[in-house]
Amino acid sequence: MVTRYMLGNEAIAHACLEANIDFASGYPGTPSSEVIDSLRAQNERQFYVEWSVNEKVAFENALAAAWCGLRALVTMKHVGLNVAADPLMTSAYTGVTGGFVVLSADDPYAHSSQNEQDSRRYAHFARIPCLDPSTVQEAHDMLIKAFSLSEEAALPVLFRPTTRISHSKSDVVFDPAGSEHREGVFHRDPKQYVVIPAHTRVLHKKLNEKQPGLAARLVELGFNSCEVRGRTAVIASGIAAAYASEVIPEDISFAKIGAYPIDEEWLAAFVRQHDAVVVIEELDPVVEEVVRQVSGGVRVFGKKNGYAPWEGELNPAAVAGILARAGVLAESGYPAPEPVADLPPRPPILCAGCMHRAAFYAIKKAFPDAVYPSDIGCYTLGLQLGAVDTTICMGASITVASGIAHSGEPRDVVCTIGDSTFLHTGIQGLLNAVYNGANMTVVILDNRITAMTGHQPNPTTGCTACGVESAPVSLDAICRACGVSFVETVDPYDLVGTIECLKAARGKEGVKVVIAKQPCVITARRAGVKRRPFGVDPEACTGCRVCVRYGCPAIEFVEGKAYITDLCSGCGVCAEICPTGAISVEVKQ
Amino acid sequence: MSEPFDILIVGVGGQGTILASNVLGEACLIERRHVLGAETHGMAQRGGSVESHIRIDAAGGPLISPGTADLLIAFDMLEALRYRHYLADGGVMVVAEQIIVPTSAFQQKLEIPSPEAIVARLEGITLCRVDAAALAVEAGSILAQNIVMLGAASGYMPLETGSLIKAVMRCVPPKTVDINIAAFEKGMEAGETCRSA
Repeated sequence: MVTRYMLGNEAIAHACLEANIDFASGYPGTPSSEVIDSLRAQNERQFYVEWSVNEKVAFENALAAAWCGLRALVTMKHVGLNVAADPLMTSAYTGVTGGFVVLSADDPYAHSSQNEQDSRRYAHFARIPCLDPSTVQEAHDMLIKAFSLSEEAALPVLFRPTTRISHSKSDVVFDPAGSEHREGVFHRDPKQYVVIPAHTRVLHKKLNEKQPGLAARLVELGFNSCEVRGRTAVIASGIAAAYASEVIPEDISFAKIGAYPIDEEWLAAFVRQHDAVVVIEELDPVVEEVVRQVSGGVRVFGKKNGYAPWEGELNPAAVAGILARAGVLAESGYPAPEPVADLPPRPPILCAGCMHRAAFYAIKKAFPDAVYPSDIGCYTLGLQLGAVDTTICMGASITVASGIAHSGEPRDVVCTIGDSTFLHTGIQGLLNAVYNGANMTVVILDNRITAMTGHQPNPTTGCTACGVESAPVSLDAICRACGVSFVETVDPYDLVGTIECLKAARGKEGVKVVIAKQPCVITARRAGVKRRPFGVDPEACTGCRVCVRYGCPAIEFVEGKAYITDLCSGCGVCAEICPTGAISVEVKQ
Repeated sequence: MSEPFDILIVGVGGQGTILASNVLGEACLIERRHVLGAETHGMAQRGGSVESHIRIDAAGGPLISPGTADLLIAFDMLEALRYRHYLADGGVMVVAEQIIVPTSAFQQKLEIPSPEAIVARLEGITLCRVDAAALAVEAGSILAQNIVMLGAASGYMPLETGSLIKAVMRCVPPKTVDINIAAFEKGMEAGETCRSA
């Protein structure tokens, strides 16, 4: 046994190695990405690891591996499970032979997400077990058991860490990687794997028959546990159980929920030994609903009667606040200091030299009065540049653009989408827009990497998750195959050329695609690309602030003049936009 | 287990708060102390305001509640003010004497409080101000500011100097060990000056 200070996602990844995993796939998404990143970077155990092009693809690949008897993992963020929901629902019918763990990382408080949906609902919907760890160590230990539980129940198991598990750290005790490997073999069985109506009706009945024993088994396995200590009880799930354990007094009973479905008989027996029960959980009232079903005359405090919040994340002070409102604590015991209100905000911004900033600048010049649907990636930060009007989910820039274009909106419609997002679910939208004759311009922001989530490779990069060389896909060829005739590739650092190309697109009918191509500045730097930094000639600078408004973090404004800091990566776009020619590489600062 | 001790490290994405928190985690392992951490990854990293929670010997979750941190280490004065409400009464703040002006403040001509104004608004807090940039350059690299700050804060934490230095050696890139040890020691001297004042 070894103890290491580990990120939650690293601990989860290591648990997979200990559990003799043979197949892992995923699509990057905060807070889930480091699981696959850890698996592909390790050398303790050799097995198949892939970054897939989207979550549905990742899910189906891993499901097939589990059908072949391997222990398989698929990872995604919560909203990725929406993309993979189609195979998820029916995989519960087909079941699995090898252990199959579906990791869907939830993001209470939407630290880096478009919503706060609760993955536990999907497990309930699909009728599969769901594990909800409360600490990093528990996430590690639970994940190992998740594989055996999946094999025992012959069902996929949903594993649901939240941001504060995935991106927390702790001293984690773990064992060496397992050395057993399985050989994947597909056993033909149409009644199991071909879900025509005649087969699926039977499979649905079988799925329902698996349910009664399952809930009791989760109690037996110790995932759900309780201790009676008084006449009032707190029931908490996931990380909220860790917060609750910090604040509840010793004479308050405590039940910890770490797995679903909850055994209703077991829960009823606990609840009914109390006069009042407080339910503490993040996001949806999943536990609370079951508690209310079995509560009889016991008073229940939770979200449904306004004692606990439905949204956001909890912390010990918030849990103490809920307990104080419910009368379990006399007072919260935590101070409630006000943050300083009048500070300039510090939002995340695009890097110095980021190609997206240059592309957005060119778009605004060529299409000053247009509607700008956009998508999910670093470039969503183009919001700060006034070039992002909509973002809803992966791939929706192109579809929202065609929808707006067909709605009769008189302005031009110019949408932006990254290379990884285009390959994720953008292609279908493009195909549809061309097929249905939309009038719009698509700008693919092609930096050859999935940058936002930590620079994972994708089919444009030229290598796989494990570093094996692969032929980079041609975005140009994909667009042409979809039927687009105007497909041009530009270098966004060449501002004049990019603006001219966009203007040419503006003059044409139909769907036009401009591929703005330049490596991500971070990957370029790591690859050893060096450009000379730029400087401002203070004599020539008139202090007009044109470059400052461009919003590059390397450009400051000091004593009436622009000043370029050592963050400069040498993209040179500011020199192109400076009206007085005050910026150049030659100037020594 | 000894008394729990909660440390919040705040700064700007890219300043090395995660490495600093890894050093503290590693030092806890060396001393066989239980440690919990929580940090900012993903979108918020890109030049935004970031925070790392480190809880030594705490039971429960990784998050420090407002008003309860024993020590706040700020790599930027503006961030020191942004997170000051996390500090407990009687808590200590170790602050790098610099302000990275947010790019949006230049774009929108927002007023940035002066270092003096910020210090005035931190009145009542035990404050240790460190010229981390200058000390890091003296140690051999401007990039070692995060380790200077750990050195400066080391005298305020319930961890042995020896384990912190060992942790620095384990966590930083091998080629930069000497520079970072020098940075840690220069920070320590600055911290000692604060404590004897």
